[in-house]
Amino acid sequence: MSDAVSPPPLDLSDLQATPKRARRERTVRVVLLAAAMISVVVSGAIVVSLLFEAWEFMVNVDWSAVWSTGWFPRNGIYDIKTLVVASLIVTGIAMLVATPLGLGAAIFLSEYANPRVRRVLKPMLEVLAGIPSVVLGFFALLWISPNLVQNAFQSANRGNLMAAGIGVGILTIPLVASISEDAMQAVPHALREASAGLGARKVTTSIQVVLPAAVSGLAAALIVAVSRALGETMVVFIAGGAGDTALYTDNPIDGGLTMTAAMASLASGTDAVVGEGLTFPSLYFVGLVLFVITFGLNIIADRFVRRVREVY
Amino acid sequence: MAFTTLGDAGGVETEVRRRLAAGGIDVRGTVFRALLLLGLLLTLLIIVVLLLDVITDGSTVLTERLGDFLSGTLRSRSSDAKLGVHQGLRGSIWIGIFVTFLAFPIGIAAAIYLEEYATDTRLTRFIQLNIRNLAGVPSVVYGLLGLAIFVKLLGGTSSTGGLTGGRSLVSAGITLAVLVLPVVIITSAEAIRAVPDSLREGGYGVGATKWEVIRSHVLPYAAPGILTGTLLSLSRAIGEAAPLILVGAVTGRLGGDPGILDLGGLRDRFTAMPIVITDWVKKANGGSDDGGAGLDFASHAAAAIVVLMVLVLVLNSAAIVMRNRFEKKRG
Repeated sequence: MSDAVSPPPLDLSDLQATPKRARRERTVRVVLLAAAMISVVVSGAIVVSLLFEAWEFMVNVDWSAVWSTGWFPRNGIYDIKTLVVASLIVTGIAMLVATPLGLGAAIFLSEYANPRVRRVLKPMLEVLAGIPSVVLGFFALLWISPNLVQNAFQSANRGNLMAAGIGVGILTIPLVASISEDAMQAVPHALREASAGLGARKVTTSIQVVLPAAVSGLAAALIVAVSRALGETMVVFIAGGAGDTALYTDNPIDGGLTMTAAMASLASGTDAVVGEGLTFPSLYFVGLVLFVITFGLNIIADRFVRRVREVY
Repeated sequence: MAFTTLGDAGGVETEVRRRLAAGGIDVRGTVFRALLLLGLLLTLLIIVVLLLDVITDGSTVLTERLGDFLSGTLRSRSSDAKLGVHQGLRGSIWIGIFVTFLAFPIGIAAAIYLEEYATDTRLTRFIQLNIRNLAGVPSVVYGLLGLAIFVKLLGGTSSTGGLTGGRSLVSAGITLAVLVLPVVIITSAEAIRAVPDSLREGGYGVGATKWEVIRSHVLPYAAPGILTGTLLSLSRAIGEAAPLILVGAVTGRLGGDPGILDLGGLRDRFTAMPIVITDWVKKANGGSDDGGAGLDFASHAAAAIVVLMVLVLVLNSAAIVMRNRFEKKRG
């Protein structure tokens, strides 16, 4: 038995971290903050590099060449309208494919499928989401175009905007499906129960209660899909049917160049982007136009998604 | 019964009873359900047709000359016995390595900062908005970034080669690492957010500092979720082609074919699987050039797709399996 020696009373310095630990905490914090700031640096670099070269293009170009009859960058003809219209055609066709299939899949998964079916179907959509876009390009050019488009329209080129649009649409189905399903899952169950309690059938509940309640999420899904379709490059580059030049067309069964495909074809093949002096900056001008459009769409979609969060 | 008070004037009771019993078939409901199922089956059919088309097209090449195909290089004729994807595989694997060692640590560190350290300040909200927007920027624009910064600015002149060597594997690797960075941050942040606070409090309770809690409690618990997100973004990077075209991946013919993990030549011209596929599909569009023996560029492209898809699918299924196990553990 020894006398219990009472420990000396604690003072503040015992509770504080040792200087070494405190220093490490500070270092870690700074390193992590620096990592987070890299994303800001990347955004800045994107905007600066786009603006820098695009500015060069915009001050030096003869603007009548930017509103003419086609896209022939190596000859100094930069009709942006040709590219934008082709992009809109491809995006429109893609949305015609992706909206019904993606929304339908989302409604089925969210409202009808039991957990077992869900467990099978969801991974399948995820498989589709994981397919690289070059694969869809291959499929669009060598299967969709001869078997679907050229069957329906005898005069269609092998590479055409419609086949590319269908390919892009297939690529965006999982995107539409997953964002819309999230939106429908976020609708409180009480709404469905109230609807059922009033005697509504499942179809009525789905269409008249769940869909309107999820509408901002669905809008966001479609806007994100449009933005994605506008920015999709490889499918159109492979299956769009134009080389590195294109005449203005608004016919979907013609070949055409979208903004993205124009950039890809301008940069590929040759050792450097050569040609008339403004050819290289024109790449950045098109990039800037595309960036501004998709950026705007993403901001709008972001607003819609936030509105869903605020309500529920 | 309440209906008895109504009497049976004009058959009201039978009518009401019939409607309440919901006799007959719910036509609208059945049609709607059938339409939904039809849509879903159509989507699945597309996947099946796509995979079958690729596999049948590529089967001749894969069965008859798989060894040569994997060890061969880019050639200008599809009948060339040395035509193959070795250079493409090398490029894609190195891109994967760059993404793993650049995007993953930076992305996870940024996610830790945003979830564990950042308070709700103007700067934090700006960073978050910024990351969400970056995730929506088209991949081809990242290619423009890579071309301006890593190829032109840091690439120096053709004789010195600068930091990155210009149109090189290094430039391509960094560009794709930047491309997937926002996705890595977003998915890692979600995984970290899912860690229950009680775990953190337990750590603080025994006197650990913030970083010690994160390292010993938060990260191990969030690891499966982080891994899922990072693997998905890795497979996205490997399948991505558009930025590589802008950064200057070689199509057609590429001299030099170092071993797959050979460190030399990282600052040289390069190609990658998606680029090889693009090149061959575009050549195939000119028509069959092998007299119908099934060894034209189209079938080589299909075979290259099979190789690429096996790579991507392995990564994706690993991610899905991991997530399922992760969710099961949570209960």
